[in-house]
Amino acid sequence: MHSGNITIENITKIEGSAGLDVTIENGKVIDVKFKIQDSRRFYTDAVKKKPLISAPSFLSRICGTCSVAHLFATIKAIENSQEIEVTEQTKTLRRLAYDALMIRDHALHLYFFVLPDLLGLDSILDIPDDHDNLGHTLLHDSFDIKQLGTDISEVVIGAAIHAPIPTIGGFLKLPDESKFPELLERLEKIRPQVLRGIKAFYDYDASLEQDVDYVALRNESKFDFLEGTLISLDGRKIPPEKFLEHFDVVVVPYSQSEGYVFSDNHGNYVLGALARINLNKDTLNPRTLDDTKEFLSIFPSKNIYHNNLAQAIEILHCVDDAIEILKNIKIVDEKPIKKPLKAGVGIGVIEAPRGTLYHKAVIDEKGVVVDYDVIVPTSQNQIAIENDLKKYFNENLDKNEEKLKFDAESIIRAYDPCMSCATNFLKIDWIRK
Amino acid sequence: MNSDQNKKLAIGWFCFTCSEDSTILFTELLNKHFDEWKKLIDFKYIRPLKTKNESEDLDVAFVEGAISSKTQEDEVKKIRDNAKYVVAVGQCACTGMPSASRNAFEEKDIDDRIRWYLEHFDYNKKVQKLEDVVKVDDKIEGCPMNVTKFLSVMDKYLKLFNII
Repeated sequence: MHSGNITIENITKIEGSAGLDVTIENGKVIDVKFKIQDSRRFYTDAVKKKPLISAPSFLSRICGTCSVAHLFATIKAIENSQEIEVTEQTKTLRRLAYDALMIRDHALHLYFFVLPDLLGLDSILDIPDDHDNLGHTLLHDSFDIKQLGTDISEVVIGAAIHAPIPTIGGFLKLPDESKFPELLERLEKIRPQVLRGIKAFYDYDASLEQDVDYVALRNESKFDFLEGTLISLDGRKIPPEKFLEHFDVVVVPYSQSEGYVFSDNHGNYVLGALARINLNKDTLNPRTLDDTKEFLSIFPSKNIYHNNLAQAIEILHCVDDAIEILKNIKIVDEKPIKKPLKAGVGIGVIEAPRGTLYHKAVIDEKGVVVDYDVIVPTSQNQIAIENDLKKYFNENLDKNEEKLKFDAESIIRAYDPCMSCATNFLKIDWIRK
Repeated sequence: MNSDQNKKLAIGWFCFTCSEDSTILFTELLNKHFDEWKKLIDFKYIRPLKTKNESEDLDVAFVEGAISSKTQEDEVKKIRDNAKYVVAVGQCACTGMPSASRNAFEEKDIDDRIRWYLEHFDYNKKVQKLEDVVKVDDKIEGCPMNVTKFLSVMDKYLKLFNII
């Protein structure tokens, strides 16, 4: 039976910096503190007084790994503030770029961060250099998968990190169609490797179930990261512009990030791939549905480790969606849509790799940003992460400290948290925890 | 001089105040360089990739991000003491920006919400670039870092330590 307090100063194999303090007295867990430790950069304040055209590029710097999510959420918020309707081609190319983001970002999390947990190793650096070893095969699959995501990003938006081509109203430069056939060929070729990853994460038998709700965007016509209405397992339907009316901020005094709860019952909720597959698996690409029936049958799931499997399935969906787009798209020459500057308020709600991302832009009549809010998925998942850890420690104090720390890190890792994102905040009344 | 086949370049990779975009880009470079670098480099400290990290006796420390607190200042000084060479990686480490944006805030811009965080957590008055705090031997600018420059710096140290 473990009796002393447990501290993890720096949780590893995640994006950014976080720590954990567990207080144990008389064989019982008294307190669990999951602490987001990245220093704030106050970008939502620093963006004020800047012209709206510069905001997307600046705010994409909130995060290195999901910069494209912040870029697109900013663009969407500002387009809404300016009442700009983009063309169908712009929507399709953004979808393609977003597929590329999900392929690269999920593969980084699954294969570089989680795969060692699945193999019982410390690091991908410890995977044996043996071609017959499953870990070796999966790791080398991941290089191909990630590289393909990056290469699609480079063709469509100019880069995978801080992409220079997407802008308010469309694209500064249209992609070179002559590069599409090679991408198509690689996408088809990667499917068996992606399916091998899905099987591996399906076979990963770790389990931690929690009675929480799940929230994600839903588009009735297709599995969509960029458009839709927020829904939850318990039947809520929330239009993106009403987001703030349904969630309350909770100050977590020991964390550099706020937490969030439902405003009506103060219940907590989980975002991310698990929420999306739980709520939207019926809308996945038909090829993905056909090839993942066995794996999809376990959803809806309340096991947080199934967030890993859900991400692996989303990679396949994004591969299949990208194939469909590249097979059908004919690029027509068009310029970004421009309208006279006006004062306005715009909301941009999309699904980042880790879950629902909210941006709100307030623009004055000269086109200058006067206020800006961002709510990121890791902040919203923070309370659920802490509750999962409390449950885990309460049920497992008979294990030794090394095992407790290993499992605690793997639970946190399953959420795929991003601390760089989490230290941006919203300006509304706080509930003290 | 012939290379030493048994020696590996002992490196550490550290992140401070930034978006970690250069770290992400580094993980992308592993797509093509993993097998080669695994033979040449001992990754002694790299939190995004491993739990069991050691920060002592480093040949080269790559440091991403600006320095925004006393804790970070102390930590980076310790890194400097433990490494023969320190490389500033990315724009925030090299110039402070954009992480140092708050340095330009006027008193009237600092509302109660910002002040609460500045007072309740460890923040220096100003965000600093890396060489404001420790001696820096090489800089790889860019947001994220310039890949060509990074590869040439890596190559330089692999040669300097007689690894290749």
